[in-house]
Amino acid sequence: MPWGAGGEPQTRGKRAIEQWLRRADGMEYFVQQLINGITLGSIYGLIAIGYTMVYGIIGMINFAHGDIFMIGAFVALITILLLGLAGLSWIPLALLITLIVAMLLTSAYGWTVERLAYRPLRGSFRLAPLISAIGMSIFLQNYVQLAQGARVKPLQPVVQGGFTFMERPDGFTVSLSYMQIVIVVLTLVLMAAFSLLIARTSLGRAQRACEQDRRMAALVGINVDRTISLTFVMGAALAAVAGMMFLLYYGVIDFYIGFLAGIKAFTAAVLGGIGSLPGAMLGGLLIGLIETFWSAYFTIEYKDVAAFGILVLVLIFLPTGLLGKPEVEKV
Amino acid sequence: MAVRTLNGVAGEFRLDIPAVLKDCLMSALIALALAVFIIGLRTTDGSGGLGLDFRWYAVGIAVAGVFVGRFLLNLWWARRAPKPAAAAAEGGVAAGAAEAFKTFVKVAAPMAVIGALVLPWMPFADRYLLDVSILVLTYIMLGWGLNIVVGLAGLLDLGYVAFYAVGAYSYALLALYFDLSFWACLPLAGAFACLFGVLLGFPVLRLRGDYLAIVTLGFGEMIRVILLNWYEFTKGPDGLSGIPRPSFFGLPFSRRAPEGTETFHTFFDIDFSSLHRIIFLYYLILVMALLTNWFTLRLRRLPIGRAWEALREDEIACRSLGINPTNTKLTAFAIGAMFGGFAGSFFATRQGFISPESFTFIESAVILAIVVLGGMGSQVGVVVAAVLLIGGTELFRGLDEYRMLAFGGAMVMIMVWRPRGLLAHREPTLKLSPAPARGGGSP
Repeated sequence: MPWGAGGEPQTRGKRAIEQWLRRADGMEYFVQQLINGITLGSIYGLIAIGYTMVYGIIGMINFAHGDIFMIGAFVALITILLLGLAGLSWIPLALLITLIVAMLLTSAYGWTVERLAYRPLRGSFRLAPLISAIGMSIFLQNYVQLAQGARVKPLQPVVQGGFTFMERPDGFTVSLSYMQIVIVVLTLVLMAAFSLLIARTSLGRAQRACEQDRRMAALVGINVDRTISLTFVMGAALAAVAGMMFLLYYGVIDFYIGFLAGIKAFTAAVLGGIGSLPGAMLGGLLIGLIETFWSAYFTIEYKDVAAFGILVLVLIFLPTGLLGKPEVEKV
Repeated sequence: MAVRTLNGVAGEFRLDIPAVLKDCLMSALIALALAVFIIGLRTTDGSGGLGLDFRWYAVGIAVAGVFVGRFLLNLWWARRAPKPAAAAAEGGVAAGAAEAFKTFVKVAAPMAVIGALVLPWMPFADRYLLDVSILVLTYIMLGWGLNIVVGLAGLLDLGYVAFYAVGAYSYALLALYFDLSFWACLPLAGAFACLFGVLLGFPVLRLRGDYLAIVTLGFGEMIRVILLNWYEFTKGPDGLSGIPRPSFFGLPFSRRAPEGTETFHTFFDIDFSSLHRIIFLYYLILVMALLTNWFTLRLRRLPIGRAWEALREDEIACRSLGINPTNTKLTAFAIGAMFGGFAGSFFATRQGFISPESFTFIESAVILAIVVLGGMGSQVGVVVAAVLLIGGTELFRGLDEYRMLAFGGAMVMIMVWRPRGLLAHREPTLKLSPAPARGGGSP
């Protein structure tokens, strides 16, 4: 046998397990993981909305969406550095400017990707836009890698501090950072604004019409191309917010973050029922929670396996996701 | 951008210069907006955190490039502005092209096979060329394997690399733990991959197309994560090394033989050359790929193959005709997985070293791209696409950094240029009655 099996020192493993048992029991630990999971879930949810909207309206998996998220994170990083150079020191204003710049520029990317890679393929067979999207994803990753370098980009914490509560005798406290509050609140606000936009404005009406029947929508005078473009722009803007939050929360980004985050977010969209906005948010939260709790109570290495495993189970027993509409297949 | 339609109306070769310029200017402006941050400001590692490098010249180049490119594109559009007569004749031309294509394939396919057979004996065939050819042939085989799943049965599989990995690891682990030879492992590796295909396929094949895509993608990632973390069994990120090389019916391709045996070159009484093994590997993968192709072509004529194609065209109709969609899909999935497993064990024996790094999602994407770019269901298309994509990127190896950028860009451009793939004359295998006046043919 080329390598020894079971050569690991037993004691180290045992100690780790004991430590883990001490740490992992009790309400406090659970609450902490709940907070972390909801934060992560909010980020996934914001990305998942982009997938679910695009899927709803043109029925394609926008594979490059994860990379749009990555570009959003990079734009936010560069903006923060620029503002730092310019000497802007009032954090809330800096964050607001960063948010706006990131949303604008990332939307431009979303628009361009749609215009170049998807619009010419409208009406061709189902796999063509998907392949084009995979190509776009590879292109964007390598583009950012070339332009910004392959090294990870660390950023010093911008928003610091937070609350701690539920202190335990052994020193474990539950902490809720300001950043986590910002992420969750911002996600809620965006979700509410977004739901209103879809439900009340003429643009939202046009989107829903296109989702139901694109040709009919065109016949009643809706500019379908423009509506689809705007869908991509909105998805990209939300992805930019997610990217900025990811940057500020984790403090490290590289050109490859889009891939895994994109897959997870798509999983979230499918889990919630693709095409449904509340479903995307719910799916995002669930994936975030599953991943966090799995890492906290089981093994961190297999957290992705857990997320996908849950997805498979849900799809087998609830093939349209949690909040998806059952699709009637017609001849 | 209304310019395109303007040109369409203009008809003759005539440029609406102000409109074209406006269009180019708009594109350049958008490029400026996109480039100014990502290209123009490069984050650099400095002391005490990240710094920024300003690179306005690069932005200038990008913007100018987009302007010129857009201008050339406009020229191109103006040149081939559709003439009314041409559009009407297009149907006839397409039918003629299909016929011409058929005869072309009849002549070209045997030529290509003969060419592939004699390639190692050509004077220009050096080690590099053979290595690239082996790589291209591996992808051709993978493409043909995936073609059964995607092209024939119409199931979108984004995790094909999982079966490739299963095949490679099956061979490597069987050879290292049980000391089995390549020829004993090959069918086992195929069987293991096939088993995984059934295991995965059984629960998920009832799902609709796009769900299937994401589940297969997840499955591919799961296999990789498990290979990466199950250190005791797979040695995780370190990978497995010292995988036995294949032997020529028991004769190893080494300079010196272990005691009591003979090597290839002593048996045939020729001088030792490291090229022998490469040539052997070349023929091995060539034969494996051709067998895959032959097998697929035969399968297409069996009821099961016809059921696949029917399923691809219309699942509901199939169900109403009494075809069991789940079982039919499952066979396609399992057979496709089996060929992936074969190719995987070839990969392991060729490399002598495997690690989970070789089985990332990007591999699945490349294989799928080969199938779709070639024209789904077209066996010849797979060859053309594999040669273009794999051989093409090999040509750009000098420009290593830009290779994957070009790869992604090429995928988008080929798709936009020919959405149904390079060779998109998909003929139904079975045709009823000699072409009635209307209807028939593939959609």
